[in-house]
Amino acid sequence: MAEKKGSIPEKTTLLFINKESEPLFSKKNRGLLTDPMDDNNPITVQVLGICSALAITVQLKPAIVMSLSVMAVMGASNVIISILRNLIPNRIRIIVQLVVVAAMVILVDQILRAYAYDVSKELSIFIGLIITNCIVMGRLEAFALGNGVWKSFLDGIGNAAGYAFILIVVAFFRELLGSGKLFGFQVIPDFIYDMGYVNNGLMLLSPMALITVGIFIWIQRSRNRKLIEKN
Amino acid sequence: MEGYLNLFIKSIFIENMIFAYFLGMCSYLAVSKTVKTAVGLGFAVIFVLSITVPINFLLDTYLLRPGALQWLDASYAEIDLSFLSFIMFIAVIASMVQLVEMIVEKFAPALYGALGIFLPLIAVNCAILGGSLFMQQKDFSGVTESAVYGFGSGIGWLLAILAIAAIREKIIYSNVPAPLRGLGITFIITGLMALGFMSFMGIKL
Repeated sequence: MAEKKGSIPEKTTLLFINKESEPLFSKKNRGLLTDPMDDNNPITVQVLGICSALAITVQLKPAIVMSLSVMAVMGASNVIISILRNLIPNRIRIIVQLVVVAAMVILVDQILRAYAYDVSKELSIFIGLIITNCIVMGRLEAFALGNGVWKSFLDGIGNAAGYAFILIVVAFFRELLGSGKLFGFQVIPDFIYDMGYVNNGLMLLSPMALITVGIFIWIQRSRNRKLIEKN
Repeated sequence: MEGYLNLFIKSIFIENMIFAYFLGMCSYLAVSKTVKTAVGLGFAVIFVLSITVPINFLLDTYLLRPGALQWLDASYAEIDLSFLSFIMFIAVIASMVQLVEMIVEKFAPALYGALGIFLPLIAVNCAILGGSLFMQQKDFSGVTESAVYGFGSGIGWLLAILAIAAIREKIIYSNVPAPLRGLGITFIITGLMALGFMSFMGIKL
């Protein structure tokens, strides 16, 4: 009897996430959204989810589609895991997380195939690889398993936005310098080409993605010196 | 036979998981601080890849592909279960990783301690799922071919993490600009290594 009584308020807090004194966008909650953009960026600081960040940044359009897909998957799976967090046995939590994420990814994949077939072809296996994108799993493990639904949702969206930020910056430079285009439209005017400017084909190749991210980290850490590593 | 050898070489060097597709970068960056742990993780990846790719190949041919269920009954020829492939592949991978974890814990406790959290995380190593998804795209003709591909990709991954771990052990002694230390310089070195590996692209096999 006593146990039953104890379990009822817990179930209600599952749905009403915040204590009532805390407004929906309190300072802490805003921090969840903005921290991943710089101080705690999933790619350059937490070192999560690099695979896809590099492989699909040749052009802006697939990079943006990828970012939106990751955002949708992260938001949804963070919410689901956070709702289920008191029900999942600790030992099998990784498998449960994988199944939830895989289901979300299948949804995104089918939607992309239906409405944006070209982009979906271009992204090829990398949509499927969102399942194993360490950002998704990492945030589920580190945040959604221990926090309320609304906070987890914000954390998911925030981290996905941090990821999107890097993706878009890298894709911007690679497309601009590599093929002189943005979103597939030429932006570098013809007369510059006439003066002898040549697109840097190296930017389109995979090694330059790594080096671009390396340079990005360099810039970020010289601005924000507390992120510098010991050796 | 020659075909298998070509596929093997190709999957190690030309289509190297790390340098050509950036798959498995997370654990590649996180575990490459010392050579010893890097080798351990590399072998675990080889083992898991060479088991899961053939298993997933069989699943794909006899269960998931459009028309794959024909061997059961001719009326199933229209069924296309390929949308389930992500969830099936990841389930196979997760259970195989559990198996590897148990084996390593039993026979190499020291290695188990050293790998720590990264062993269960092989399940979410993009290289493993990537291997299966590439296998699905490549339309291999038989199970041997897919096994050779999985094994070769694993070796390529080991090669890459071994190389970067050796470099990182030595780079401690050099004077890297402070903001580049650690992650930044590792990215740039990997980029340079990937440039080197691009020279294999000209080889026609």
